[in-house]
Amino acid sequence: MQVHLRIQRFNPEVDSKPYYEDHEVEVEPTDRVLDALNKVKWFHDGTLTYRRSCAHGVCGSDAMRINGRNRLACKVLIRDVGTNITIEPLVGFRVIRDLVVDMEPFFNAYKSVLPFLINDDPAPTTERLQSPEDRERFDDTTKCILCACCTSSCPITWTNDEFVGPAAIVNAHRFIFDSRDQGAAERLAVLNQKSGVWRCRTVFNCTEACPRGIQVTRAIEEVKRTLLTGDVS
Amino acid sequence: MYHRFDAVIVGAGGAGLMAAAQLAGKANVAVISKLYPTRSHTGAAQGGVAAALGNLEEDHWIWHMFDTVKGGDYLVDQDAAEVLAREAIDAVYELEHMGLPFNRTPDGRIDQRRFGGHTRNFGEGPVRRACYAADRTGHMILQTLYQQGIKHQVTFFNEMMMLDLLITDDGVCTGVVGYDIHSGEIHVFHAKAVLLATGGFGRVFKVTSNALSLAGDGCAIAFRRGLPLEDMEFFQFHPTGIYKLGILLSEACRGEGGILRNDKGERFMEKYAPTLLDLAPRDMVSRSIYMEIREGRGINGQDYVHLDLTHLPAEVIETKLPDITDFVRTYMGLDPVKDLIPIQPTAHYSMGGIPTDVDGRVTIDEENTVLPGLYAAGECACVSVHGANRLGTNSLVDLIVFGRRAGRHMLKTINENDFHPLPKEPDFRARAEVSALLEGDGTENANVIREELQEAMFRDCGVFRTAEGLTSLREKLTELRHRYSRVGVRDKSRTFNMDLVETIETGYLLDVAEAVVAGALAREESRGGHFREDFPQRDDVNWLKHTLAYRTSGGIEMRYKPVVITRFEPKERKY
Repeated sequence: MQVHLRIQRFNPEVDSKPYYEDHEVEVEPTDRVLDALNKVKWFHDGTLTYRRSCAHGVCGSDAMRINGRNRLACKVLIRDVGTNITIEPLVGFRVIRDLVVDMEPFFNAYKSVLPFLINDDPAPTTERLQSPEDRERFDDTTKCILCACCTSSCPITWTNDEFVGPAAIVNAHRFIFDSRDQGAAERLAVLNQKSGVWRCRTVFNCTEACPRGIQVTRAIEEVKRTLLTGDVS
Repeated sequence: MYHRFDAVIVGAGGAGLMAAAQLAGKANVAVISKLYPTRSHTGAAQGGVAAALGNLEEDHWIWHMFDTVKGGDYLVDQDAAEVLAREAIDAVYELEHMGLPFNRTPDGRIDQRRFGGHTRNFGEGPVRRACYAADRTGHMILQTLYQQGIKHQVTFFNEMMMLDLLITDDGVCTGVVGYDIHSGEIHVFHAKAVLLATGGFGRVFKVTSNALSLAGDGCAIAFRRGLPLEDMEFFQFHPTGIYKLGILLSEACRGEGGILRNDKGERFMEKYAPTLLDLAPRDMVSRSIYMEIREGRGINGQDYVHLDLTHLPAEVIETKLPDITDFVRTYMGLDPVKDLIPIQPTAHYSMGGIPTDVDGRVTIDEENTVLPGLYAAGECACVSVHGANRLGTNSLVDLIVFGRRAGRHMLKTINENDFHPLPKEPDFRARAEVSALLEGDGTENANVIREELQEAMFRDCGVFRTAEGLTSLREKLTELRHRYSRVGVRDKSRTFNMDLVETIETGYLLDVAEAVVAGALAREESRGGHFREDFPQRDDVNWLKHTLAYRTSGGIEMRYKPVVITRFEPKERKY
C-alpha cells in the first residue's frame, strides 16, 4: 500500500525555520512507521535525519510525534495510523535537526533525582534479601527506557524549563519504593522543590504517551503522597 | 579536539559499563558511545543471566562450566569457561548490590529459571540457573550499570562514533579517534588503556534480532588495523525470532514451558533432542526447525514453525514474559495466551570476535601475544567462552565477568604505565575517510549495497552452508566491495549526518562479512553454529582449533591456534 508522509524538516546549516516535506512510499500495513522513514531515507532522500536503534520498542531512540501523539516510530504499525502520517519532532525540546532533538536537558533532569541505589550498609557476601511483594512495589517504574515520550507530552514542560518532568519522577519512584534503598529523603527533597512534583497538574498525558505502559501519573501521585505522609512503603 | 584520559571505553553496553564501574573513582575514565548509553543493545536481552547460585536447587559452577564447554561443541577455551562459571556468581551478586531488581524467590533470594543447555550433574536434565528480572534482564543490567556511571560521575561522550584505533609503529595502543555525530568534529582520545566493547554485527544478515546500529564497528576497525578476528564463522541463529521481522522471543518462553510445533502440531524436538527437548542448545534447535521446513512440515508448507505457549497459565505469560507478550501483540496482532506464534531462526550473536585473554587483553597471534594498551570485552571479543555455539544467558555472563576483569586489569595498566606518545598525525586516516565520503562524487547507494549483502549472507552463510554457496557469496562480496569503493554520501551536512554514519557502518559490515565467509569456507567440518552440508560431521582430528583471520594486501589470511582443554575431553554432543 502507498502511504503519504508529511515530515517536519529542519537543517540549521541551511534553514532559518522548520518546514514540512511530503513523501509517498510503498509499505506493508504491518510495517512499522520506522520502516517507512527508513524507506524515505535509504532510497529517496538521504538527508532525512532521525535517531533509531533497536527497532522493536526497547531502546527508546525513536520517540517522535506521529499524527500528533508521542510514539516510538518502531512500535507503531502503519495499519494503526492510516495512510496520511504526519511526523514531527518531540515538542518542548530544542530541535537539532529534522526529528532529532536535544536530549541533554532531559538527561540532566533525570540525573538530578539521584537515579541510583543509595545504601551505605556493607554489602553481604550474597544478595540482599527482598520479598517478592517488596520487589513488586516498584516493578512498574523499572520499565522506563528514557525515551522522553512522557516528558514531551506534559504541557507543564512546554512552558516551564525548570520542571524535572514525568520521566525523572518515574525514575525517582523506582528507587524511593525499593526496600533496599536508603536515599528516599534526598530524592524527596529534590522533588519537593519548585521544580519538583508539585508542578504536575495531573493531566495524564504522560500515562497515555508511555510506550512501556507505565502508570506514570500514578507514580507521580505516589511520590506526592509520600511527600505529604512521609510513608515510603 | 584532543582529550586525554587514563582509560577510554568504546561502547556503553553491559561490558563497557561494567568495566567503567571498576575504574570509576579510581582513574580518569571516558566512555564513548555512538548512541546514548541506555540505547545499547544489552538492553534488548531478555531471559536471564546464568550463575550457579543454587537458590532453588543444587547447582555448582563446574556444572555451568561443563554445559558451556559442551554447548560450545568443545571449541571453548576451558580455562576461560572456568573463569566465566566461577566468577558469574560473584558478578551477579555485585549487580544485585548495585541495585539490579531481580525477580525473587518466596524467601527473598534471586529467583532462577531454566534455560537451554543448562543442566544439573553434567547433562542429566535441566537446572534452574538463569537469574532474571521478568523478560527484561538485559534492560535492568543496562539501566543499573548506567546508574552506576552517573553515581560515580563517569565522563560520557554520547553520540560519538569511533573511526579509528591508534596503534603506534612499536605496537602499543594509545587511543582512538571519534566522530562527533552532533557537530561533525573529529576528536582524538589519548589513553593508557583502551577497551573495545562495541557489540556485535548481526546486521550483516537480513533477518536478525540485532539493532540497526550493530555493524561490528570495533571488529572491523581492529581488522583494518591488521589485528586478527577469531572464529568468525561461528554465528548463532536464535531459534525463535518473530517470522520475517527477526525480533527476539526469548528462550525463556521455552524455559517456562513453551513448545515448538510443526504443521502437524507435532512437538518435533522429541526427535532431535530426546532429553532436553525444546531446551536443547540454540544451534541444534535452529537446525531442527529448518529440517522440519525442508521436509515440508513448516506451517502450511512455508518457512516457519509455531511457538506454542497456549498451554501455560495466562498469569505466567503475563507476569514472567510481559515484554514478549507485548511484542507478539504489537507486531503480529496475536495473543500468546491463545494463539500459536509464527517463528523462524533469526541471526542473533557472534561467537567470534577480537581475540583476548581472560583479562580482556587483546592478543594478536597463535602465541597469544598481547597488544599493550588494548582490551576488548563483550560480543565484539572472543575469549573464547562460547566456542562454536553460545548457551542462552551466557552472553550477559560474558559481559559482566569479562567486562569486570578487563576493567580491573586496565586499572593495573594505568597505574603501572605512563602515557605512550600518540602516532604522528593521529587523526589523519579518520579525516581522510570522512572527507573522501563527504567530498567524493560516488554514485553507489550504501543502503542498496547493505541490503544485497544482508540478503546474500542470510541465504548462503546462514544455518546451512556449502562450498558452492560460500564461493558464490565470496564473489558477491568482492562485487559489493568494488561498488562500495564508488559509494556516495548524499547528505553533506556536518550536523547529525546519519547518512554518513550509515555509509561508514556499511563499510564495517563488508569487512566483517569477509572474515565470516573466509572462515566458513575454510572450515570443512560442522561444529556448533557452523554447519557445512558438504562436511556434516565434527572433525576433531583436523579442526579442533580456533581460526584467526587476518586482512592482508593479498586477501584474507587464515591462521589457527589450539583450543585450551583442561577438564573435559571432547565427546560427541548429544542432548
